[in-house]
Amino acid sequence: MPVSLVNLEWIDEPRAHKLSLCPVPAGFPSPAEGEEEEPIDLSAWLIEKPAASYLMRVDGHSMTGAGICDRDLIVVSRAERPRPGHIVVAVVHGERTLKRLKKLDDRLWLVPEAEGYPHTLVDEYVEIWGVVVGLARQYR
Amino acid sequence: MSAPIALCDCNNFYVSAERVMDLSLRGKPVVVASNNMGNAIARSAEAKALGIKMGDPIFKIADVIKRHGIIVKASNYTLYADMQRRVIAATEPFCSDHEIYSIDENFISFQGFEHLDLVDHCQKLRENILQWTTIPTCVGIGPTKTLAKLANAAAKKNPIFGGVADMSDEHIRRYVMDRFEVADVWGVGAATARKLQALGIETAGQLRDMQLKQARGIGTVVLERLVAELNGVQADVVEVVAPQRKGMAVTRSFGRPIETKHELMGAVAQFAMRAGEKLRQHGLVAGRLTTFFHTNRFKPERPQYSAGRAVTLHPMTSDSFELISAARRAVERCWRDGYGFTKAGVMLEQLDDAALRPRTLFEDEDSRAKRERLMDAIDAVNRRYGKMTIVPAAQGFKRPWKMRAENLSPAWTTRIKDLPLVAAKG
Repeated sequence: MPVSLVNLEWIDEPRAHKLSLCPVPAGFPSPAEGEEEEPIDLSAWLIEKPAASYLMRVDGHSMTGAGICDRDLIVVSRAERPRPGHIVVAVVHGERTLKRLKKLDDRLWLVPEAEGYPHTLVDEYVEIWGVVVGLARQYR
Repeated sequence: MSAPIALCDCNNFYVSAERVMDLSLRGKPVVVASNNMGNAIARSAEAKALGIKMGDPIFKIADVIKRHGIIVKASNYTLYADMQRRVIAATEPFCSDHEIYSIDENFISFQGFEHLDLVDHCQKLRENILQWTTIPTCVGIGPTKTLAKLANAAAKKNPIFGGVADMSDEHIRRYVMDRFEVADVWGVGAATARKLQALGIETAGQLRDMQLKQARGIGTVVLERLVAELNGVQADVVEVVAPQRKGMAVTRSFGRPIETKHELMGAVAQFAMRAGEKLRQHGLVAGRLTTFFHTNRFKPERPQYSAGRAVTLHPMTSDSFELISAARRAVERCWRDGYGFTKAGVMLEQLDDAALRPRTLFEDEDSRAKRERLMDAIDAVNRRYGKMTIVPAAQGFKRPWKMRAENLSPAWTTRIKDLPLVAAKG
């Protein structure tokens, strides 16, 4: 059967391997031996209950007043009980939306934190999906 | 007496997992299809109500799908595996031990929880899983795994249980078992069910009352243990129902029909390669290899041809190159031009522990050992750098028939680039 070497489509990129080309001599024992610690695991710090937490990407500017910008990553926990004052992900008309949960006149409202956006009353058509417990942003 | 066991089963798991992030699927009829949009392998309650059956070929139900706007999703195992992990984590605080039975079923044991009202406890478990994952579940409780499984089926089927059925209760046990068809009892195969029905045993309750000796006579040790478990005596029926593999298969439906022998040879070589990998992973060798391929059975107006040939592997082997050559010989023997083949596969039978493999008289131990090392090296590379980093040339490098993952949802919960959006727009 003729075989043609046409298209290696599942090899997505070449991989680089660093090899130590000379033998490494043994020197003095490290004075830090026994004192080493694991590098900081930022996601473990940010996400307390991984099994109940979901990462989402913010799309829009209506929470800039709360310090949450367009394209930020948020950690949304479903293990946290939503309370007034929390920033929450709510489902309104079948869409996920990011708001501050607030109690005004004894009723619960979803309140954006930027000028010019309306409040939404929490009624039976609104579901509080999760509570925002963390934020991550890259400046590059 | 040992602690009760529960089986916690996710409702329509694949559909429920798809709905976690895709809100447009809520309240709509949804079907998840097997690889390559072959068959319905999960159905939402709405899809079930429209008459979609488990295993229905998607092609065959195309009309119903169109008429009722049923949404068909390709199976997204990356997502399902992550949701399974979350379900298990949500289960752990509620039990002393758990055992994964399948991707959506977990056996859990309640050692040390006996003082609790277990039905209430399991309702809290369901609430916690629902809260953490949005996935609804049903729980069956019983003194044995078989009874827990039976209870689970009852909890799923009958809304009076409110999602938790407890077979520790004598009345509930009798109520459920007298209504449970013997053919649906876990571990009772079709042949055994027929034999039992011939004896007038129609329900799980009647099977429970059978003499152990008689059970052994009809359905071997499995049925005997099953009867013991139905009577509340733990007899490790799970372990017997799923014994060491007797055979394995690697099969695929093709994205578009294969019409040339060259292409089919490539596909079959890949299946044989993969089958060899599985064998080695389990430390097994095979004594027989069957290759089959057929045209689309659901398009009877097209020319139909279905073929399969078995090849004896002597000596028994797990060497992918030997499996490939056997698979190719089988195709060579039954290939016919002029058809479009939509499915093919390689099956291995007579599996045996590689260490206990019968030796042949004239084995060249040296070259055999070399080949084993080669296979180990290939497996190691493919494990480390991803499947199909090293492939035999016979498999070909283009895979135009490779399944197309249309309607595949993103890896919502495990890939940064796939994260769901949340609107901050008003």
